[in-house]
Amino acid sequence: MRTALILLMMLGLASIPGSLFPQRNQNPMKVREFFKNNPTLAQWLDKAKIFDLYSSPWFSAIYILLFISLIGCVLPRTFEHIKAIGKKPPLTPKFLDRMEGFAELDRPVDGTLDLAEKWLKKNRFRVRREELSISAEKGYSRESGNLLFHLSLILILLAVAAGGLYGSKGETILNVGDRFINTPTSYDNISFAKFQREGDMVPFSLRVLDFKASYDVKTNAPTDYTLQVAAANPIGSKEVLKTIKVNSPLTYGNTKIYLQANGYSPVVAIRDKSGKLIFEGAVTFLPQDGNLTSIGAIKLPDMSPQIGMVASFLPTADRSPTRGAFSSFPEVLDPRLLVSVWMGDLGLDSGVPQSVYRVDTSKMKRIGLKSLKLNEIYNFGEGTLLFEGYKSWVNLQIVDDPGKMYALFGAIFAILGLLTSLFTRQRRIWIKVDGRVQIAGLAKNGVPGLDEELAALKKTLEGLEG
Amino acid sequence: MTSRNLAYLSNYSIYSAMFLYTIAFFAHAVEVSFSVKTTEVSEKTSFDFSRTDRAGRIGTAMMILGFIFLFAGVILRGASAHRVPWGNMYEFSITGALAFSGAYLFALVKYKLRWLGLPVSIAVLLTLGTAVTVLYRPSAPLVPALKSTWLAIHVSAAIVSGGVFLLANTIAATYLILDRMEERGGRSEWAKKLPSLETLDQLSYRLVAFVFPLWTFAVIAGAIWAESAWGRYWGWDPKETWAFITWVAYAAYLHARVTAGWRGRKAAWLCLFAGSTFLFNYIYVNIYGTGRHTYSGL
Repeated sequence: MRTALILLMMLGLASIPGSLFPQRNQNPMKVREFFKNNPTLAQWLDKAKIFDLYSSPWFSAIYILLFISLIGCVLPRTFEHIKAIGKKPPLTPKFLDRMEGFAELDRPVDGTLDLAEKWLKKNRFRVRREELSISAEKGYSRESGNLLFHLSLILILLAVAAGGLYGSKGETILNVGDRFINTPTSYDNISFAKFQREGDMVPFSLRVLDFKASYDVKTNAPTDYTLQVAAANPIGSKEVLKTIKVNSPLTYGNTKIYLQANGYSPVVAIRDKSGKLIFEGAVTFLPQDGNLTSIGAIKLPDMSPQIGMVASFLPTADRSPTRGAFSSFPEVLDPRLLVSVWMGDLGLDSGVPQSVYRVDTSKMKRIGLKSLKLNEIYNFGEGTLLFEGYKSWVNLQIVDDPGKMYALFGAIFAILGLLTSLFTRQRRIWIKVDGRVQIAGLAKNGVPGLDEELAALKKTLEGLEG
Repeated sequence: MTSRNLAYLSNYSIYSAMFLYTIAFFAHAVEVSFSVKTTEVSEKTSFDFSRTDRAGRIGTAMMILGFIFLFAGVILRGASAHRVPWGNMYEFSITGALAFSGAYLFALVKYKLRWLGLPVSIAVLLTLGTAVTVLYRPSAPLVPALKSTWLAIHVSAAIVSGGVFLLANTIAATYLILDRMEERGGRSEWAKKLPSLETLDQLSYRLVAFVFPLWTFAVIAGAIWAESAWGRYWGWDPKETWAFITWVAYAAYLHARVTAGWRGRKAAWLCLFAGSTFLFNYIYVNIYGTGRHTYSGL
């Protein structure tokens, strides 16, 4: 048991660095920043897997050792405890006067044991009656609770492991009006656990009908996000209207669909000099602040020369001498699309992956700059840009974790076990009648309450005389 | 009454509570400092013994009144925003102070704990003082991520656990101070009225054993909430990590006492360590930390 405790404390200590250094799976940007600011230190830390701490081999090693050690501790004790069920308490010791709460009673021997047995049984003690003595014990459930708690911990560890081996987790950005089909190719990114197969995915489809965000007019803080979707499971069956909110995901068995983030996609139409439509549609922009000042990029590789637009979308446009143009409220009240138009080589053929939200302007030159109101057309020389409108987008996280139900059961049993073991008092009481009447008791771990119990027994036994 | 009036009323209640706790603090200070004279002088002179006792009783009365006002302040704060009053660090702090002084008053019914009034009133005043000066935020609605029944369940369990953990810490610290005094040849006069080392040792253990299941529940409730809001029940977010560390530290403390038979000094130090991981989680992670609990911060 000492080993298990030491391993548990090691697990606690080992988890500390993960809260002090950024983690790749939580905040990859912060990790990159850390590498930029402390290159040497970062390399060393990376060798120790500090940036992927909770999936690192050494962290897993502690975790697995703890798991084995816990099993090694708890299983033998469980068997022992099961064997002890229904067994009688141990014999009365020879010298009672060494025990806690020892007392000699002022009463005749006759009938004492009968009376004591009755009282003990009424108070739900296990009673072992011998010729001249009784030994009684109560509070076996302390150990039962204790074992239940530790067995539940094992169940939780198993559930966590199952979550790591089975299941999947992915994200997708959808504009209002878009349709999503749950296959790996529909995701912006998805990761599968080791033993998860594509065929295990729930075959549902979603159509984004409407997204509403409301904000507090005083603080600009969001007060509610509501997403309406038409969902079909399996694909092709009748669509059902469903609502998804931040704290109430859409659930299909072990798969849940969460509303994680939202923003705006301005809708634009771009024509070349001849008036031919080059591009028309919604472009997803990334929010930069609480008022949803959003940035994005419109790339037109098919025009020659290539055109790239670095753009921002302001839902409620405002202007200040220090900040320039910015958004002063997250809802669309007075929208603007700010574009700077660049001409040259977009660098898309270089093979280096590019962000869809940014334009690499190193091989381009700027040919125009404009702030557009809704339905305004801007002629940038090589063509025209029409700011047609905007749509909301939502970021959905879709998670399949088959282990979590077991973790929940584990957690519930752990609490029940803990309560039982911490609030059950285990104690023994003895009565001996060899010429005189003696009683005594012993409480495990010195828990209080034994004295009162002995006093009550004494009263009952002595009360007979009167 | 409008939300704004309720918010003002809440602020006034909290200022009044601070005023009452200040009186309690002085009353307890008088009780402690004058009991020096009492024990030294009382044999020769007719020094009025009841004088310090009365100061102590005034202290307790002020603590109860302060608790009532603080309670009203917390409730009004919630009423002003039509929600449970646990949306930011200001609100956590005032509720935490409430839980802490509540735990003290609750324990006062059962044990002779009045001597703790001095440290408790100092701690409550410090917490409230920081809350109203540094952490204060106007009453506002909740962000969508916090709109869940689990807010009430998870946060209240965490706050109550915190209040009791810190009370156990205060007692463990008192134990260590008195222990040192006795080692150096006996308690100072003022400390003679305080309970025996054994009582303190038992008391801090009992508080921890009592509240450890609640803390376990707070962590589990948080995990259930995280599952429904963030898509995973455990993600080693800094707050989660430190909640786990606190849990491990108290688990170690309980095992050390029950199984390894630790008592006294070693146990008190372990208790202090475990409590400080809780404080670290509250202060450091809320203010400097990153992760998904940040809206709970400033």
